[in-house]
Amino acid sequence: MKELLELSALELGAAIRAGDVSIAEATQTALDAMAEREPSLNCFITAAGEQAMARAQALQAGVKEAKSPLYGVPMAIKDNICTKGVKTCCASKILGDFAPPYDAAVTERMAEAGAVSLGKLNMDEFAMGSTTETSFYGPTRNPWDTSRVPGGSSGGAAAAVAARACWFALGSDTGGSIRQPASFCGVTGIKPTYGSVSRYGLIAYASSLDQIGPLARTAADCAAVLDAIQGRDRRDATSLDVPAGSLLSRLTGDIRGMKIGLPSQCFGEGLEPQVADAVKATAAVLEARGARVETFSFPLMKYMVPTYYIIACAEASSNLSRYDGVKYGWRAPEYEDLTDLYCRTRTEGFGSEVKRRILLGTFVLSSGYYDAYYKKALQVKALIKEAFDRAFEQYDLLLTPVSPTTAPKLGESLSEALKMYLSDIYTVPANLAGLPALSMPCGFDGGVPIGAQLIGPALGEAAVLNAAHAFQLDTDYHRRSPYGKEVK
Amino acid sequence: MKITEELVDYVSTLSRLRLPQEEKAKMAGELEQIVTYMDTLNTLDTDGVEPMSHTFPLKNVLRADEVVPSADREVLLSGAPDRDEETFRVPKAVE
Repeated sequence: MKELLELSALELGAAIRAGDVSIAEATQTALDAMAEREPSLNCFITAAGEQAMARAQALQAGVKEAKSPLYGVPMAIKDNICTKGVKTCCASKILGDFAPPYDAAVTERMAEAGAVSLGKLNMDEFAMGSTTETSFYGPTRNPWDTSRVPGGSSGGAAAAVAARACWFALGSDTGGSIRQPASFCGVTGIKPTYGSVSRYGLIAYASSLDQIGPLARTAADCAAVLDAIQGRDRRDATSLDVPAGSLLSRLTGDIRGMKIGLPSQCFGEGLEPQVADAVKATAAVLEARGARVETFSFPLMKYMVPTYYIIACAEASSNLSRYDGVKYGWRAPEYEDLTDLYCRTRTEGFGSEVKRRILLGTFVLSSGYYDAYYKKALQVKALIKEAFDRAFEQYDLLLTPVSPTTAPKLGESLSEALKMYLSDIYTVPANLAGLPALSMPCGFDGGVPIGAQLIGPALGEAAVLNAAHAFQLDTDYHRRSPYGKEVK
Repeated sequence: MKITEELVDYVSTLSRLRLPQEEKAKMAGELEQIVTYMDTLNTLDTDGVEPMSHTFPLKNVLRADEVVPSADREVLLSGAPDRDEETFRVPKAVE
């Protein structure tokens, strides 16, 4: 059974199609791993073991007609993605036991592909945070070292994949929320091009930046998940009408002649030397496979974090105004009138990080400050987009660290909000420019994983995944398990 | 930029939040630290730059105006904190 847990999603899918493993057997194996590890990790807010076993039994009959390579593979879903009739609360008190009356587009598409959902994954409240410590349901812990955070906001997703409690997960990424926890937990995760995956049914944080994507064991697994979920959806007006579904078939591992740029400003002050060394070693592996790597200057880096937090908080303050204790979710038990109902529900229902971002967003949008902050940030965003356009005239991909450090200890980050925000410096640029970006394991420091990030031009998922796949053909960081003895 | 407790009160009112007195000073300090850092943007010249809300050109997306059933009322009401047979229930809003 332990061996089954170490398979990639595609390997398990192939074993299911070959009849070597039944879907129920795979599901039970994951549920057993979950039962063993969940008490120390807290990856799940809602575990749906019974539904999963019923679904596994039902799917088995169709295994011969399976179209997706992920047919029958057990997975899990971040708690900000709607699942019809299954509690979806964004790790917030204010949503109570909200059970959505509809499925998100990605939930539907994974169901069509034949995936088995094991439940809903822990996260920072409303995806606001970098550690999964702001969850109303308590923090998730890092499977590599339970005194450390798994990253965030998709921390439950990254930890569950690393803990072998599922073969892949759907997360969301607004400023790094797939990539940074993937990095901290030693798994592979990709935020695809903005608009390439429908956001219908994704509970909004910052709508112009939010994007759904997979966290999995390998780049090939991520390609297979994107093949299942990408593509036009008329229910999301920002959804792009572009071809989808061929990423897995385009993975060759051949990156000869590919030009990869290393932005020199991503290797400066604040970056831990062990992380810098591991990312440079990644460049050397890609070079050995025939890529051409060179350092170049990308001067806008110091403006990325302020631009991101102005835009993200502004959109959050607007998006979260819908939580008022009237239509769904939790309501404060005592109130005097309608305004008092709103104020008490929101003040008691939101956690402090969410309140801080709502206040910041309201401030940057308020009369007298709008031009100085919000409008200014949108202008800087235009310059950032231009800078990326210029970089991709020269390079096929960019290679950077994912996070300046490896996973911090629990409790270290929340005491200083600004310091936590600053650690998002390498991940927020791809969201501001709407670009595909992937995090992959590239080394270890003191027994915990380090991640490297590949950023591609818009709709450049194939190149990003192919470079990651090439790297994973020559390395085994992505194969290491927190339950193996070889890593310490 | 200086963030006063009065400014925290003002944006709290706009946000329908009501911070307890003991949290206001702390929040003012945190917001000031973050806003001061956001002021880094002032060192970048953006004169004449058109603000960009979406990185890809968005255009109106039209669809045929077909009549389809709307969501079931009972299903939508079932998640409400307080309701009657047909509507959400809130305190009286207009005298």
